[in-house]
Amino acid sequence: MEVGWWGVLIAVLGGAIRIGTPFLFVSLGECLTEKSGRINLGLEGTLVMGAMTGYAISLHSGSPWLGVLCAGLAGMVLGALHSWICSFQRVNDIAVGIAMMLFGTGLAFFLGKPYIQPSAPRLPSIDLGGWSDIPQLQAALQINALFLVGIVVAVVLGWMLKNTAWGLKVRVVGESADAARALGLPVDRIRIMSTAMGGFLAGIGGSYLSLYYPFNWSEGLSSGQGLMAVALVIFARWQPIGCLWVSLLWGGAAALGPSLQSVGVTGGYYIFNAIPYIMTLAMMIITCSPKRTLVGVPRELTMTR
Amino acid sequence: MSESRKLTRRQVLEGTAAAGALGLLGNVEWIGQAWSAADKVKMGFIFVGPRDDYGYNQAHFEGKAAVAKLDWVKAFDEEKVPETIEVQKTMESMVKLDGAQVLFPTSFGYFDPHIIKVAPQFPNIQFLHCGGLYQEGKHPKNVGSYFGFIDESQYIAGIVAGGMSKSGKLGFVAAKPIPQVLRNINNYTLGARSIRPNCTTNVIFTGDWSLPVREAEATNSLVDQGIDVITCHVDSPKVVITTAEKRGIYCTGYHCNQSKLAPKGYLTGAEWNWAKVYMDYAEMIRKGQTVPHLVRGGLKEGIVKVSDYNQVVTDAVRKQADAAKDKFMGGGMVVYKGPIKDNTGRVVIAAGKEHVQTDIWLESMDWLVEGVIGSTKS
Repeated sequence: MEVGWWGVLIAVLGGAIRIGTPFLFVSLGECLTEKSGRINLGLEGTLVMGAMTGYAISLHSGSPWLGVLCAGLAGMVLGALHSWICSFQRVNDIAVGIAMMLFGTGLAFFLGKPYIQPSAPRLPSIDLGGWSDIPQLQAALQINALFLVGIVVAVVLGWMLKNTAWGLKVRVVGESADAARALGLPVDRIRIMSTAMGGFLAGIGGSYLSLYYPFNWSEGLSSGQGLMAVALVIFARWQPIGCLWVSLLWGGAAALGPSLQSVGVTGGYYIFNAIPYIMTLAMMIITCSPKRTLVGVPRELTMTR
Repeated sequence: MSESRKLTRRQVLEGTAAAGALGLLGNVEWIGQAWSAADKVKMGFIFVGPRDDYGYNQAHFEGKAAVAKLDWVKAFDEEKVPETIEVQKTMESMVKLDGAQVLFPTSFGYFDPHIIKVAPQFPNIQFLHCGGLYQEGKHPKNVGSYFGFIDESQYIAGIVAGGMSKSGKLGFVAAKPIPQVLRNINNYTLGARSIRPNCTTNVIFTGDWSLPVREAEATNSLVDQGIDVITCHVDSPKVVITTAEKRGIYCTGYHCNQSKLAPKGYLTGAEWNWAKVYMDYAEMIRKGQTVPHLVRGGLKEGIVKVSDYNQVVTDAVRKQADAAKDKFMGGGMVVYKGPIKDNTGRVVIAAGKEHVQTDIWLESMDWLVEGVIGSTKS
């Protein structure tokens, strides 16, 4: 069936989901971490480590879902390590994050050597396009359950941060460590738990890359998703549900470059491929103002202090 | 030792080791000479990516592994060396520390400026670059280049693709519009159109050698546009091949044999056979012969090959592909025979004119042949 220019729209729709899902997980992880007052730049390393772990476990156990779980656990360990180091006096979370990023990627490359060649079982997909008789649309709507899980996590996390005692504690710690201490809250413990949970989500995001899309573990797998997540969280105004929209937008924009070439727009592909980054920059510039701080920013973040 | 003004960490370690072992203060050059006097041929290989990427680097690594089996060769390699000052350090340490007599920096970007800068410092060492940029008089004397006409294999793969396609639309995921890539795209298209004149090849340039997400997106977009056979020229075809298999279309491979990744859809593929090249070089060096500056060859010389056809490839298509292969093997095949137009309608090769495979003119290709949907402009 000929779809012509509709192909671009289908690619953007499909890309929003396919490319956006790992961004969703990493940005949710970063969002939770930042809500507790810390920035974890190490999520790039966590993501790569998760991708490697997920692929390796899927290969050895034959179960990709076990791979996803183990990727999350590996991410959790890295997250906990980051926040544990940061809980010492005068340790800068940005610097530790960069160290953790290099450590995570390096460790994943080192341990991942034997897994570049073999083919591990892939995560299954769910067909949501059965209602349509256009094969292209059916393919675009072939999604992975992790995307649905991501939506649920975004909604639940948003609700919990807003409406539960647990969420309130995380926010207090993120807004003012002094106030939290005055209330008798264990600041370090809450931050360690938030960062570890954030790492868990980022690890799952990584396993999506190696176990579903684009599939296969390789050292060039991540194209900076972990780092972009930091920008996406700012973009999303520290709202989990905002992370969902921003990730979808980013995924769709990333799909634009290749799909335009496929319909015959052959010039300027470097520019089209850069659209997601240009878009992020533009949003940052538009939304920043010298007169006020960003809405929703946790005040304990080093960048606002 | 003018070449070692700046000591790298490896050089320092090496110097200390030498001092410890021999009771001498490390004269680095001395060690290099002592080692080259031993009878084994010492060959160093440098790869830009991982050895086992199902792609370009794996193809070279398989070549290295083949020479390493010879008992009179000592081969060593380093993977994931970026095309920066890093490769200069690697080359220096392979010569000084490992005693390499010949180096094979296999990535395109290693040549200029890195090999050109390092080679004059070691006039007795051969620097053989995979790519094809050596120019007499302009480049150091101990530099050479080798390359295979893998586009011949792409021509055969194109015939198979054109023959097996239902829609007559082929897809090509390419990294960058450099001559080697364009030549593959053009040969693939010319091969397909030689048996099916209205075939088209839709090209997507991803912009770099290894971008898994974008390669997968490109493949999906092409499938959405109705192409039903896809191939690629990126560092590792793994993503393109597995995505094609998932979407249920045919594919043809590149660099290595990827049939294991797509048992249903992998029709055939264009493969390197570097083992042949490296064996020949090793032999030349052992016998003390002068190593030629340029080594080129295709199917006939055994530098490239074609993967075994998938069982789904019909007899008629096999016959057409084999006929062309025989012509290449016999040396009588000229792909770039006029009249040939590019995809903007301009005549690039006039009627009656031919450019044989070794013609240097082909190595500066900057056009796409009629039937290709795509543009070399970025």
